[in-house]
Amino acid sequence: MTDVETKATEAAPAGRAQAPPSWGWLRWAWRNLTSMRTAVVLLALLGLAAIPGSVFPQRNVASDPAAVQQYVLEHPRLAPWLDRLGMFDVYASPWFAAIYVLLLVSMTGCVLPRSRRLWQSARSAPPPAPRNLTRLEGHHTWETTQEPAEVIATAAAHLNRRRFRVATAGHEVRAERGYLREVGNLAFHLSLLVLLVGIAAGKLIGFEGRVAVTEGGTFANDLSQYDAFSPSAWTDVDDLEPLSFRLEEFDVSYQTSGPNLGQPSQFAARLAYRAGGGEEQTVTVEPNRPLDINETKFFLTGNGYAPIVTVRDGRGKAVFTGPVQFLPLDTSYASDGVIKAPDAQPTQLAFEGFLLPTADVGPQGPYSTFPDTLNPQLFLTAYTGDLGFADGVPQSVFTLDKDELTQVRRNGQPFSQALSVGETMRLPGGQGSLTFDGVSRFANFQIAYDPGKEITLVAAVVLLVGLTASLAIRRRRLWLRVRPAEGGGCLVEVASYSLTRRESPPDEIQDLVAALHGPDHPSVTAGKDASE
Amino acid sequence: MIFDEQILARLSNGLVYSAIAVYALAMLAYAAETAGRMAGARVEAAGVAGARVAGTGTAVTDAPSRIRLLGAVGTSLTVLAFLLNLGGVITRGLAAGRVPWGNMYEFVLVCALAAGAAYLAFLSRRPVRAFGVWIVAIVLLALGLAVTVLYAPAGELVPVLDSYWLVIHVAAAITGGGVFTVGAVATALFLVRHRQERRGTAQAPRGRYAASLPSTRTLEQVAHTAHIFAFPIWTFAVMAGAIWAENAWGRYWGWDPKETWAFITWVFYAAHLHAQATAGWRGVRASWFALAGYAAFLFNFFGVNLWISGLHSYAGV
Repeated sequence: MTDVETKATEAAPAGRAQAPPSWGWLRWAWRNLTSMRTAVVLLALLGLAAIPGSVFPQRNVASDPAAVQQYVLEHPRLAPWLDRLGMFDVYASPWFAAIYVLLLVSMTGCVLPRSRRLWQSARSAPPPAPRNLTRLEGHHTWETTQEPAEVIATAAAHLNRRRFRVATAGHEVRAERGYLREVGNLAFHLSLLVLLVGIAAGKLIGFEGRVAVTEGGTFANDLSQYDAFSPSAWTDVDDLEPLSFRLEEFDVSYQTSGPNLGQPSQFAARLAYRAGGGEEQTVTVEPNRPLDINETKFFLTGNGYAPIVTVRDGRGKAVFTGPVQFLPLDTSYASDGVIKAPDAQPTQLAFEGFLLPTADVGPQGPYSTFPDTLNPQLFLTAYTGDLGFADGVPQSVFTLDKDELTQVRRNGQPFSQALSVGETMRLPGGQGSLTFDGVSRFANFQIAYDPGKEITLVAAVVLLVGLTASLAIRRRRLWLRVRPAEGGGCLVEVASYSLTRRESPPDEIQDLVAALHGPDHPSVTAGKDASE
Repeated sequence: MIFDEQILARLSNGLVYSAIAVYALAMLAYAAETAGRMAGARVEAAGVAGARVAGTGTAVTDAPSRIRLLGAVGTSLTVLAFLLNLGGVITRGLAAGRVPWGNMYEFVLVCALAAGAAYLAFLSRRPVRAFGVWIVAIVLLALGLAVTVLYAPAGELVPVLDSYWLVIHVAAAITGGGVFTVGAVATALFLVRHRQERRGTAQAPRGRYAASLPSTRTLEQVAHTAHIFAFPIWTFAVMAGAIWAENAWGRYWGWDPKETWAFITWVFYAAHLHAQATAGWRGVRASWFALAGYAAFLFNFFGVNLWISGLHSYAGV
């Protein structure tokens, strides 16, 4: 790290008369970009730039896909400007990318030369001692009757045992330890690059999709079967993992007593699936327990109710029968949805309303008191006219395009009715009817394929190990010098120097002194106290 | 089950309230000690006889030993309050039949515990009793918020939290947060002390307080030790969270607000560590990055949980 500081001070003199000026300028720019100061500024900018993404709704963030449209509706003036600035897609915006790309270039430009220096210093012997050892940490000096060679041999052996790199030169022992700190530091920084490769692999080859399957319904892993599918640039959509499944049953249980009444305690989707050309197997998918077929994973991420209804048209003919998925609105699973019968004659029929799994009526109208289906009721209003299918424009199964529809009225009021299971709603004028046959459940599955995640995981593990090593290990040097004294014996001097911000471990030098039978134990202990 | 869960839950609440009461006493003792040390610093600075300061209410005669006694009382009370907090957490876990960090209330309870533990661990090694009054104040504030605003009765978790990654990820985040708290207090006090040392005033009340603090060198070392200890733990917490997210939602990173603020916290602390190694930024400027990191950590817990909706919203208020 000290290298970087010198780098900043010896900023290149700007292009002299003969050198092409652009080169000097470039070198200056490169030195500044790879300086630690720039790295700090870029890190701070990266942190700040990430903030708007948590404040404004984001287009590619999973929690609520409709959040951006909602925000645009609520802030018609502000939203277009925010959009121009990329505030709804911060993490894919050019300015966010600019910061992290600069940061990575800065980091690489700083780390690669350091790798080279580490390699050089690991191959060369520890450097000679400074002339004056008294200013360093843990300085000790004493006289001994031992011969210089003996002292040096003992010290070198002791330090070797303590896993120092040791070199002896003349009357000096030079030792260094903690190279792994620098190795860790480099591993940490370089693993960030690998991490990015893993992320990029996922973003380029993987995909994410969503599908809601009603009990008894089936899903085959084909593009056409997804409710939503977000491919990457190189996703091979014709080569999805061959798999099909049927949702046999969706089990939910809720707490029926205690302080958290109505809180779900279990979700479990029982699937019968067939992977490749294999046998049919059953599996239970729960939250945190996805179905994993060759890296394509199926996660249970949500559920809801699908009222089963039969719609008859004006001729009395059943034109629609089956479950219709309603979207849950809150934790009581009050859900809303629409039922469409485009085959009805003489006019198409549509119904809109909500389902209350445990219906009750309060002062503000009907509401659901419990998320399970203890007393399910369906509240519907009806429409006749043209559903708009003829346009060929794909439409949502959860909303009605009311442009060509007329609400069914009776006595001037919109016609609506609350239905319990088994009850039938008959439209005035014999336009048709709807029977509430029962309630089924549906499960939402998130399907993900990310071939880069193993790379990312390995990079993350290296990152963590490297980071910990670079922060925990102290790189330090230790020197011993002997001067032969007149009349036999010698004067011994030891001291250490930490290359990191923290001091060298104090007992290291005490142990060396003790191993050399230096200052008798009282003074060694005294030194220990002083270093506290 | 030997004990009824309801009884255990009530016992847990009782222990937490007792911890609050004892922490309050500890804060009083520490505050009195601080006042004593400030008076001492004034005596030192003014170079006058003790008698002149006697009017402040602090007995200056034999002051050092009394002040030390007050500090020792503060520390003993802190240890006691910490043990009560620990008891509250353990009984809460037994009452709920799971690890006691499944909602905001429990998270704050355990985070306060971690901050207390980190402070006491440092205290056994370093002269950091001057932190006591601040750490205890923060812990007290956190516990107060927990029992008043964030309280949730003990109970089962929603299925999505039913994972051993809850144990690992949240425990790491809590430990990191506790140690970051000590780091933040040390950093803030470092800034106060640094200003005073540079100006050389010990006269104004603030200067007097600053002069009573440990040296900038000690404060910086403690802050540094705390940060380099907590930073890898925080890194691990973020990674464990990513692994859990992959296992629950099918993607390991989705810029959910919680993830974003964990990232911001990480980046600010990374900027701090780099700044500490940059000429001209070491010390004061670097300290501000550490404080920004701590602010991001706090916002991630309180701000994101209470104001921003996201996939972590089930955390329960």
